[in-house]
Amino acid sequence: MNQGTIVKVSGPLVIAEGLREANMFDVVRVSEKQLIGEILEVHGEKSSIQVYEETAGLGPGEPVFGTGVPLSVELGPGMIENIFDGIQRPLEEIKNAVGNSITRGVNMPALSRSKKWGFVPSVKPGDRVVGGDILGAVQETIVVSHKIMLPVGMSGTVVSVERGDFTIEQPIARIRSDSGETSDVAMLQRWPVRVGRPYKAKQIPAAPLITGQRTIDTLFPIAKGGNAAIPGPFGSGKTVTQHQLAKWADADIVIYVGCGERGNEMTDVLMEFPELKDPKTGESLMKRTVLIANTSDMPVAAREASIYTGITIAEYFRDMGYSVAIMADSTSRWAEALREMSGRLEEMPGEEGYPAYLASRIAQFYERAGRVECLGSDGRIGYLSAIGAVSPPGGDISEPVSQATLRIVKVFWGLDAALAYRRHFPAINWLTSYSLYDDTVGGWMRDNVAQDWPEIRLHVMRVLQEEAELNEIVRLVGVDALSHADRLTLEVARSIREDYLHQDSFHEIDTYTSHHKQYRLLKLILEFEERGKAALDAGADIKKLFALPARESIGRAKYVPEADVDASFDGISKELAGQIADLASKEDD
Amino acid sequence: MLKEYKTIYEVAGPLMLVKNVDGVKYDELGEIELADGSVRRCKVLEVEGSTALVQLFENAAGINVLSSKVRFLGRSLDLPVSIDMLGRVFDGVGRPIDGGPNIIPDRRLDINGLPMNPSARDYPSEFIQTGISAIDGLNTLVRGQKLPIFTCSGLPHAQLAAQIARQAKVRGGGESNFAVVFAAVGITFEEAEFFVSDFRRTGAIDRTVLFTNLANDPAIERISTPRMALTAAEYLAFDKGMHVLVIITDITNYAEALREVSAARKEVPGRRGYPGYLYTDLATMYERAGRQRGIEGSITMIPILTMPEDDKTHPIPDLTGYITEGQIILGRSLHRKGIYPPVDVMPSLSRLKDKGIGSGKTREDHADLMNQLFAAYSHGKEAKELAVILGEGALSEEDKAFAKFADLFEDTYVRQGEYENRTIEDTLQLGWDLLTIVPAKELKRIRDAYIEKYLQPLLAKKAEEAEAAGTARE
Repeated sequence: MNQGTIVKVSGPLVIAEGLREANMFDVVRVSEKQLIGEILEVHGEKSSIQVYEETAGLGPGEPVFGTGVPLSVELGPGMIENIFDGIQRPLEEIKNAVGNSITRGVNMPALSRSKKWGFVPSVKPGDRVVGGDILGAVQETIVVSHKIMLPVGMSGTVVSVERGDFTIEQPIARIRSDSGETSDVAMLQRWPVRVGRPYKAKQIPAAPLITGQRTIDTLFPIAKGGNAAIPGPFGSGKTVTQHQLAKWADADIVIYVGCGERGNEMTDVLMEFPELKDPKTGESLMKRTVLIANTSDMPVAAREASIYTGITIAEYFRDMGYSVAIMADSTSRWAEALREMSGRLEEMPGEEGYPAYLASRIAQFYERAGRVECLGSDGRIGYLSAIGAVSPPGGDISEPVSQATLRIVKVFWGLDAALAYRRHFPAINWLTSYSLYDDTVGGWMRDNVAQDWPEIRLHVMRVLQEEAELNEIVRLVGVDALSHADRLTLEVARSIREDYLHQDSFHEIDTYTSHHKQYRLLKLILEFEERGKAALDAGADIKKLFALPARESIGRAKYVPEADVDASFDGISKELAGQIADLASKEDD
Repeated sequence: MLKEYKTIYEVAGPLMLVKNVDGVKYDELGEIELADGSVRRCKVLEVEGSTALVQLFENAAGINVLSSKVRFLGRSLDLPVSIDMLGRVFDGVGRPIDGGPNIIPDRRLDINGLPMNPSARDYPSEFIQTGISAIDGLNTLVRGQKLPIFTCSGLPHAQLAAQIARQAKVRGGGESNFAVVFAAVGITFEEAEFFVSDFRRTGAIDRTVLFTNLANDPAIERISTPRMALTAAEYLAFDKGMHVLVIITDITNYAEALREVSAARKEVPGRRGYPGYLYTDLATMYERAGRQRGIEGSITMIPILTMPEDDKTHPIPDLTGYITEGQIILGRSLHRKGIYPPVDVMPSLSRLKDKGIGSGKTREDHADLMNQLFAAYSHGKEAKELAVILGEGALSEEDKAFAKFADLFEDTYVRQGEYENRTIEDTLQLGWDLLTIVPAKELKRIRDAYIEKYLQPLLAKKAEEAEAAGTARE
């Protein structure tokens, strides 16, 4: 019997003796309360265990039971629309069982064992299958067809396959391996969270993850299968931006990990998402969402695990050939959990008390994202995009978590407190942020949205950069000292900021903007620049030019519903051309 | 019969090492009996083999390694709770100090509470009218929110908190189910007395539970004071269905007490010597605010914290801001201008405002108006900065209008009396009145329909008045 005895308890760290058969990172059950823990270190007789639940009331002499398996998640139908804690316990079920507070030692399977799912096979007896091949599918929600894959490592010939309603533990197919052994396959699979799920090959991402957020889609796009970080001080809109991405990103599956954050934020997601309609499918957004919640008042060790739980579930859906997006809010809290455990293990600290392995752990997490050719013989492609929020102390990104994150991610959306104070949202600073996908995504945009997209984007970036430089001068000598051309640049930059980049996530229309509307809107602003420049050259009055009524229409253009975009924007364009022509002709008189 | 140990090995600061113990559990409550018979309380921080490291809740003076006895009680620190706590005063560790009898407990609750299941939470969305424009109009408070006041030494945060406690009400709601839990954490007698006399004067004292740990009480008690208060609040809110407003002042003193214990344990410090788990520790307090589905009561929390050196990036305000649902920031420059309440609206924020405002809650135009006021005030402040460098003459007409707006905004919208209780309609009207100063075409954050409905009549009236004044002059 693989059993040990507690010798020391210090917060979430328990040291036990006598667990000789246990492996590193095995799950153990601590005390008669059966609290879940994981072995982090082994020193001779002694094993250091991180316990995922509150350890109050534990003491030396109590037993510890080895389970012989690493920390794993359950994979199968029943995950979508559900909310789990950091080690994949179903919070809704726990609430029904023990009430509104989370008590200890609740032992509950992640996925319902009694619910039956309608399985429709896509293979037939006699087919040869390898690990990762799709055996059939379950319509888990109206938008998600949950593919049942042959577990990794198995291969052989299908002996039989059933159609009908099954629980996740009932066999749905029987496979004879090449060595002649037959085994049953059920829908439920398990996978250790700290090990990435395998794939055939990784590929370079090319298409953008469309988010409907103008600043992101236009200026700093993220590729499908890419990774991005959002650092920012509190109050700069990290969580709102994450929520916006979770709502509108054109992913098939969204995994939202609330890691050490506010309980009410998870409640917000839980209550709001079912009401919101996915612009692509017209169905509720919740029907493609899995929530992992380890709020800041829940045990700190489980916070460390929540990120891995989330990304393992994400990889599983990726393996079905879906585009999956995982949002982790916030990775800083995860790093703090790591620091707390490291301190209790009395490890030598690195920077700011964080363990020396912080950077490699962060890199390992983000590197699990990507565009991959999935296992199986059909060559399907899956995408996993990872977006992590970072909460640097005091908003200063020179701290270790931000720096380690920036070394690995390809998109950086730097949130700026000064913009947030001015209520410019999303408060993504256009001068410091960057996207390394702009080249590949630019090519895609050229083919799919507009021929001149990359040029327009470059032009916008240049205008914003020029504005920053001109503002330096204005601060010294005033705006009147500038040439008309420079004043026009300032005015256009202002229009880009206020009429384009500023986006109200609580406005029913403004919250999402399609690529087409983004393009048309930008074109309108640039049209003003172009015509304005010509008018100024012809001697038009600059004040009158800036005060044209058509500009107010441009300012309100973002609130035009998607369906009316073309008609309405054509009208504004005509209005603008007419008014500028009037201006020019009046000057002639 | 509980085992008594006379094996105290070491006492250092708030920590004590007890040897040769048996069956002691982590987080267990202990009692130390001194030679003179007095009893102090402590809890187990770490237990290794037969050695227990305990943290004292009270002063270590008088503890003696030879004669003091320790016993472990087999439970964690709890608070006897009952509805009779209303109107009573307790010390920092929950003992009555108002001369009244002990509480006959309805229940005994662990002061650490239990994490609330996120799927059991109900999203706070009920608008609380505080009668203060800078809060109601721009940084709206809702029932179940945790909204701290970040202040600096010497600012009237106590007056503001007392005004909120005095005026806060839910529109159309009854007042009967309302209670205040007040925790004084390491503040002066005068400040604590200010609150008590204010509660007494308004009669709110009968609906108030007070926990006081004053500046001269042992710092180590402060670690449990806010948790005592929150435990009482949870009982009143979730067992008795009351709407509880919790005011904790001052969180900075709490964090310093925590640092003291951490330093005594020789833990690897995080920023500025505060322990690495400060975030988690603060979160386990702040997160106890909220609402639960299917339960009438709520806990709304207003912690007050003094920013050391007026620095918002100091670890205490910084970590607090990451947990709480916004912050009300008081600014020294407004205070110097004589503006009360000196709420610096730009960096202040209520994260839950969007769910608490709008038609059916406050008024349809609230959100747009709020965004516009923020934008206009920010524009005005920028214009004023420019005027400082280049002189007033360098400003465009438009910038001048915004500069004027910014001044009036501070003077009429933010400024109000300590006993002035504005309804939300008053506050909104004030906002629209101010917007008549700036050019209408600049109001990009407001829907046309609302401009038509709320602004046009004001503009028309203004034009009429101007005309009348013009005719009169002729």
